[in-house]
Amino acid sequence: MVSAAVKIDVRDLHVYYGHKEALKGISFDVRANEVFGIIGPAQSGKTTLLRVINRTLEFVAEARYKGQVRVDQEDIRQVRNVFELRRKIGMVAPLPVGLPLTIYDNVAFAPRMAGIRNREELDSRVEQCLRQAALWDEVKDRLNTLGTRLSGGQQQRLTIARALSHQPEILCLDEFSIAIDPVTTMRIEEVLKELCRSMTIILVTNLVQQARRLANRTMFLFEGEIVELDDTEVIFSDHPAQQKTYDYVNGIFG
Amino acid sequence: MKMRGMFHSRELLKEWLIEKLIWICGISAIFFVFGIFFFVFREGADYLLRGFHIREFFTSIEWYPTSRTQVRYGALALITGTFSVTLLAMFIAVPFGLGTAIFISEFCSPRAREALKIIIELLAAIPSVVWGFIGLTVMNSLIIHLFNAPLGLNVLNGGIILALMSVPIIVSIGEDALKAVPESYREAATALGCTRWQMTFRVLLPAARNGLLAAVLLGVGRAAGETMAVLMATGHSIRIPGGVLEPVRTLTATIAAELGEAPVHSDHYQVLFIIGILLFSITFIVNLTADLVVRGIRKK
Amino acid sequence: MFIRTHLTRRKKRHELYVKYVLLLMTLLIILPLILIVFYLIYQAAPILSLDFLLKNPIRGMRDGGIWAPLLGTIYLVLISLLIATPIGVFAAVYLNEYARESWFTRVINLAVVNLAGVPSIVHALFGLGAFVLFAGIGRSILAASMTLAIMTLPVLIASTKEALAAVPLAFRQACWNVGATRWQTIREVVLPNSISGILTGIILQVSRAAGETAPIMFTGAVFYKAIQEGDLLAYGLLDQCMALSMHLFTISTQVPDVPAALPYGTAVVLLGVVLLVNALAIVLRIKIRSRKKW
Repeated sequence: MVSAAVKIDVRDLHVYYGHKEALKGISFDVRANEVFGIIGPAQSGKTTLLRVINRTLEFVAEARYKGQVRVDQEDIRQVRNVFELRRKIGMVAPLPVGLPLTIYDNVAFAPRMAGIRNREELDSRVEQCLRQAALWDEVKDRLNTLGTRLSGGQQQRLTIARALSHQPEILCLDEFSIAIDPVTTMRIEEVLKELCRSMTIILVTNLVQQARRLANRTMFLFEGEIVELDDTEVIFSDHPAQQKTYDYVNGIFG
Repeated sequence: MKMRGMFHSRELLKEWLIEKLIWICGISAIFFVFGIFFFVFREGADYLLRGFHIREFFTSIEWYPTSRTQVRYGALALITGTFSVTLLAMFIAVPFGLGTAIFISEFCSPRAREALKIIIELLAAIPSVVWGFIGLTVMNSLIIHLFNAPLGLNVLNGGIILALMSVPIIVSIGEDALKAVPESYREAATALGCTRWQMTFRVLLPAARNGLLAAVLLGVGRAAGETMAVLMATGHSIRIPGGVLEPVRTLTATIAAELGEAPVHSDHYQVLFIIGILLFSITFIVNLTADLVVRGIRKK
Repeated sequence: MFIRTHLTRRKKRHELYVKYVLLLMTLLIILPLILIVFYLIYQAAPILSLDFLLKNPIRGMRDGGIWAPLLGTIYLVLISLLIATPIGVFAAVYLNEYARESWFTRVINLAVVNLAGVPSIVHALFGLGAFVLFAGIGRSILAASMTLAIMTLPVLIASTKEALAAVPLAFRQACWNVGATRWQTIREVVLPNSISGILTGIILQVSRAAGETAPIMFTGAVFYKAIQEGDLLAYGLLDQCMALSMHLFTISTQVPDVPAALPYGTAVVLLGVVLLVNALAIVLRIKIRSRKKW
């Protein structure tokens, strides 16, 4: 089921915000077409990690990092076109961010910025992404209303549609269910199960059971360090390698 | 995949060019400030280095720029003029401005606060030449009637006009400073049983001290640099005033009044530019100090 | 229950006194001015008419209207706007979107503050030295507009910066995440969503530029210049022009025996233009605050 090809390779990654060390030298790899779960309490460096991978950490003035991150064997520091790298990675933030544009423009934004002007191509791309995000049926008659008018759950799916709109090979979801109801969460989880056939998914979640349901492998991150990384069954079994993992997964701390 | 590579290097070049353009605009303010200093200095430099009597300039009250026989450039009377009008203006504007700022910030319902702030903003928008005109007409006859003065265009007139002109800046910066005092100070003071005025005078004013000082400094800068209003409202008399009912001439008004008549690059013309350098330096220092004072509070 | 003692009553009374004293101070600042404005309008009433706006000054500026100065002011304001708006907006974009916390950014901010604090007459000297003489443009609408533009720049930078800062960071992050460049993000999302705030800044700049006198006195405005009545294109870029503010100064101080209503009328028109434009900015700002899209 899990192919052996390495999609993302992280070696000895340190991230500093000023003098504070947010990630303390972590190494792991993400394989192609797997769902890679990352669990851990708040402030353990999960979001920071995602920001390193798509190089948006650069926009945080006081942040710097060292170590090596490769995406498709290519060192992200040395990519020729950082915007291509970012398009290769879809990113879904914890709180849904509908850009103050119409639903259509929200999804067509990334393709347009990448230089696609052809109306038919945009139309089909928008429809495809909205279908993939299980939102098409709800919004197909009002594509020209503002994206910010949608409900929270719909907005989050719109965000997913937008993240898919630039045809990424990797989809990163950062605690996507934090602001939406359980029913919508389940719907999106179904969507993800569909999507992992065609792409690699990194699922950062504060709900450990979500990782259990979806992830092939799960990494437990705590205070900037990897406590344990193993197949999901092992992490959630009665005897993971670390006692701490067991405690966290079973809600004894965290 | 299809989408890659559509991002031509031409696009990246465009991005790069626009970023450079934005950067140039961003630093333009620095250029303009240096440019102002450079060009004003450039026009006055020749005389400043050649025959300028710096001592005479600061100590003599003899300002005879167009005299045939004995040309004198003593600016003491002009400096005193600027100083006296500004001082009087601050004497009026500081209590009233800070009082209004305190009223708006602490003693006022939210609705009235919005309304008052709008009025203050409109006050700030009145052009200086209109202020000058008000000084020339309304204030002039008021002063003549009330003080039985022979002449209504004098230090008092200019001082009141400048006070009214600098009140809005004192109010708005002062109100910002009061607003910046943490709400917890107010809550703590109220919990200790302070009345609102006790809280204001014992807690808020000391806490907002720096911001209020900056407000006053910016008011001084505004008043000292004002031109048209004082040109029209203070009368034209180059001498050290003996009282508020005597006319004076300020540094700014002198430039405005005489530059038109001074032949380009003549000594007189250059001395007017030297006055410009002096004014620039004064306001520069005042603004710098105000900024440092404000930064002081932010750091805390 | 809380019992009113002699002490609390005294405190209460004291507080009321303070409140009324402060209220009185506030009113002392505001009321006379409102009265003065009405007085100006009252004095100007006999002369205010459409003809007053559309006729040139005649008989040595002792009669007629304010057409030439009015049009001159419009020219100066519009051209200074054309020069200052792109520079000011881009400068604000730099300060808000690109600049990082550093000593260099501090120097820029300090320069903006100082630019706002430089006396208008010094701006006039600068315009004369730099544009009229050094650049060789001569006394002209162009030179005067450039001087005005630099003078009003800080107003625009400050309000644009405020408008940009009000756009949530999450919007920018969302754009960066899908591979939009910085400028694309600014162009497509940040600027469109702060446009009303920027517009407010532009309007304030208009009001500021319309009222200034000193900076244009030696760079392009003249005491008198007759132009074709009703011709909106009567001035050329390198012509000198009349201006409302300068005209008010001229007829109230330099020309003897001007009928009283004439300067009052000019003052009211100038004041009216400036206050109306400001009121527009305020209305716009209140509208923005009450109707956020996010």
